[in-house]
Amino acid sequence: MAHNAGALDRRDTAWYVDKAVEWLVFIGGISAIIFIVGIFVFIGKEGFGFILGRFDFAEFFFSPRWTPTSLTNATYGALALIVGTASVTGFAMLVSVPFSLGAAIYIAEFATGKRRETLKVLIEMLAAIPSVVWGFIGLSLMNPLIISVFNVPLGLNVLNAGIILGLMAAPIMTTIAEDALKAVPDGYREAAEALGATRWQVIRQVVLPAAKNGLVAAVLLGVGRGFGETMAVLMATGHSINIPSSIFDPVRALTATIATELGETAEGSEHYQALFALGILLFAVTFVINLTADLFVRGIKDK
Amino acid sequence: MVGTPAAADVKLDVKNLAIHYGDTCALRDTSFQIRKNEIFGIIGPANSGKTSFLRAINRMDMFDDNMRIDGEILLDGTEVRNWRNVYALRRRVGVVFPLPVGLPLSIYDNVALSPRLAGTRKKADLDVIVERCLTRAALWDEVKDRLNSLGSLLSGGQQQRLTIARALSQQPDLLLLDEFSIAVDPVTTMRIEDVLKELREEMTIILVTNLVQQARRLADRTAFFLTGECVEVAETEDLFTGAVSDQRTSDYVEGRFG
Repeated sequence: MAHNAGALDRRDTAWYVDKAVEWLVFIGGISAIIFIVGIFVFIGKEGFGFILGRFDFAEFFFSPRWTPTSLTNATYGALALIVGTASVTGFAMLVSVPFSLGAAIYIAEFATGKRRETLKVLIEMLAAIPSVVWGFIGLSLMNPLIISVFNVPLGLNVLNAGIILGLMAAPIMTTIAEDALKAVPDGYREAAEALGATRWQVIRQVVLPAAKNGLVAAVLLGVGRGFGETMAVLMATGHSINIPSSIFDPVRALTATIATELGETAEGSEHYQALFALGILLFAVTFVINLTADLFVRGIKDK
Repeated sequence: MVGTPAAADVKLDVKNLAIHYGDTCALRDTSFQIRKNEIFGIIGPANSGKTSFLRAINRMDMFDDNMRIDGEILLDGTEVRNWRNVYALRRRVGVVFPLPVGLPLSIYDNVALSPRLAGTRKKADLDVIVERCLTRAALWDEVKDRLNSLGSLLSGGQQQRLTIARALSQQPDLLLLDEFSIAVDPVTTMRIEDVLKELREEMTIILVTNLVQQARRLADRTAFFLTGECVEVAETEDLFTGAVSDQRTSDYVEGRFG
């Protein structure tokens, strides 16, 4: 009896390993939160100086005049940049949503065996292409192509960047949408097919409604990707401040503005802080998009 | 009643049917006939090929590349695999699976799905079908006030009855029931069994069941499957009174194994 009681009262190696692992994964988990907060504090510290001081709400959101380097009258109107990012992202979604949903439905519902595996690998490889390569394609391949096909003077515009960004976002959207479709139990498909539903009827009436939340999340994550993309957009948009009136107009994106101008500003200057204010705007938008996507994904689990 | 019925009375004619999954044999060299408007019971322990047989009738082998079917299954004289439109075949053959599958649609849409697929669009017509099928599946009283809530949120037994209502909504002329009572309480089981006896007037029913007594209550004739072999096809009463040709049948029916 005494012997047993001793064993129960002694912490053995397994107990210590267990505790150590618990702490290690806890640190790993908590670090994500620390980093997010850290990034927010860093951007906020620089950006809020601008927001609290020089910031003019009406100018920032409603003026297309972004002239931070003007010596006499520097203005910080971000409207053209916001519209630039939004138009490119919007056009990219027009390109990528039909493609990636179609690809996801094909892979999840129709393709089998080797073809399915090959397609999945190829699409994942597509997601791994660096964005500068996409930008290069936009600059050297799409640019002359758009000029000759549409007979316009410049091929770096909303159309070019939209297509490039759409192709970039499509693999991620496809992968997530396919996961959502695969999460629909096969029993649903069999039950519907047993009722005499054709494959398309099964997809349309049963699978898509059941996977709805995951599909919305996939699209939203694609939008978030488009909003935050910098290099490809910088190279393919033409990078000129402009409110576009057609898809053949060049624009400038929020991200590209930060990337190109930050290196040329004096630290702590008004211009420097204004760029951080743009950063806060981007951060807020992508945060909201990702949060919404996350809520939709949770919606699946609740059901 | 025993003997070869006239061709016009045969609903399903099974000739030398064999089913394999890869190298594994699920059912071998089985031949029997199922008559129009009878309830045909299939009993037997697990892994005896009962469910595989049902899947073969409904061409569910198309879901499983591994499943191979040899021999013939003639439905109203036509081999089921020669049917060009497999969807039309499935609309004539209703299936109830052992595990209830409430589709993630409203209760109403679950039952209305099949009529809609077949082209019924009018709300009034669908209302009639939904009420009739849910009533027959003994579920109407429990769900009539919440037809718009999700079918997949019903309890297991309710989902099972929803599945039965859905199968009936196809107005099948052949109904395949695979362990329909597995998740249903005994009182409700009895109510559904009463409905099945009435349905015999309209359709042919194949009832796969683990409950030997259920086969006795319902089936006109019963087949006994054992590890991929169809041991016996006989009038149900003969099976239970010992008038069988194979000792294993009476052993199983009397609960000496299985």
